[in-house]
Amino acid sequence: MSQIKALIVDDSSVMRKIVERSLRQAGLDLSSVVEAGNGAEALGLLDANHVDLILSDINMPVMDGLEFVRQLQSMDKLRGIPVVMITTEGSESNVVQALSLGAKGYIRKPFTPDQVKEHVLSVLGL
Amino acid sequence: MTNMPNFSEPAFLPAVFDRPTWTPLLELSVREVFDIMLGTRLCPYEAPTDASPGEFTALVGLAGNLCGVLSIRCTNHAARIMAGKMLGVSPDQVDDDSWDALGEIANMIAGNFKGKLSGIGNHCMLSVPTIIVGTDYQTRSLAGGNTIEIVLNFEHRPLWVTLELHD
Repeated sequence: MSQIKALIVDDSSVMRKIVERSLRQAGLDLSSVVEAGNGAEALGLLDANHVDLILSDINMPVMDGLEFVRQLQSMDKLRGIPVVMITTEGSESNVVQALSLGAKGYIRKPFTPDQVKEHVLSVLGL
Repeated sequence: MTNMPNFSEPAFLPAVFDRPTWTPLLELSVREVFDIMLGTRLCPYEAPTDASPGEFTALVGLAGNLCGVLSIRCTNHAARIMAGKMLGVSPDQVDDDSWDALGEIANMIAGNFKGKLSGIGNHCMLSVPTIIVGTDYQTRSLAGGNTIEIVLNFEHRPLWVTLELHD
């Protein structure tokens, strides 16, 4: 894969910036990053933007990350995009639910840039 | 024979408040968040702490078998330093990000703490953070006295972390 376009979904703008910085520190060749504050906003952005990778929080207002992944998987043109959850909701039940819905990876906050690198490179097959 | 679920068992039981065990776990949770996300090692705050209630407060609600509120409080300047450290910029370059950063720190502390309570965190949900700016406010707790408060030293300034739980 050459240049990667990523979508970061989190209701915290600070956390979106930290995740983007972690992706760059991971050595990913990012062409651009699109940001959304919740799942509904992210689905709207995906109407007009192709992305190669999605990193999403779970605990968000309007539409949480689990519902976002559920809706993503129901759409033929979007279900192939790998999703990595980045969340404080690190309980086993949440991990199992997210992965069963179709998420490809799960990172618990607080996280190090190395953890982001490991998960992202794995789901992208790099 | 198929194993059938036992519907007579409750889905979860309320956690029993355990101050001696939970206080160091809460402190460890705070230290880990600051260490990993801000690159800052916290230590106990030795100076008197009753001079200021803090100017920024972030609240995260807990619901399920842990039910209550986790809050962190600090001065305006401390909140700006935290946001600056998270974003890798000078505190002078931080604007409304300090609110957002404090809320996210509270969220991570709450998540980290419940994750350390074996078997309890699976049945506890967190709210999105709420931020209060200013000092002229009072809170009335419904927690029934189950409160843990720790004060840590962040950049020579006090950082209050309070966990209030319902009975």
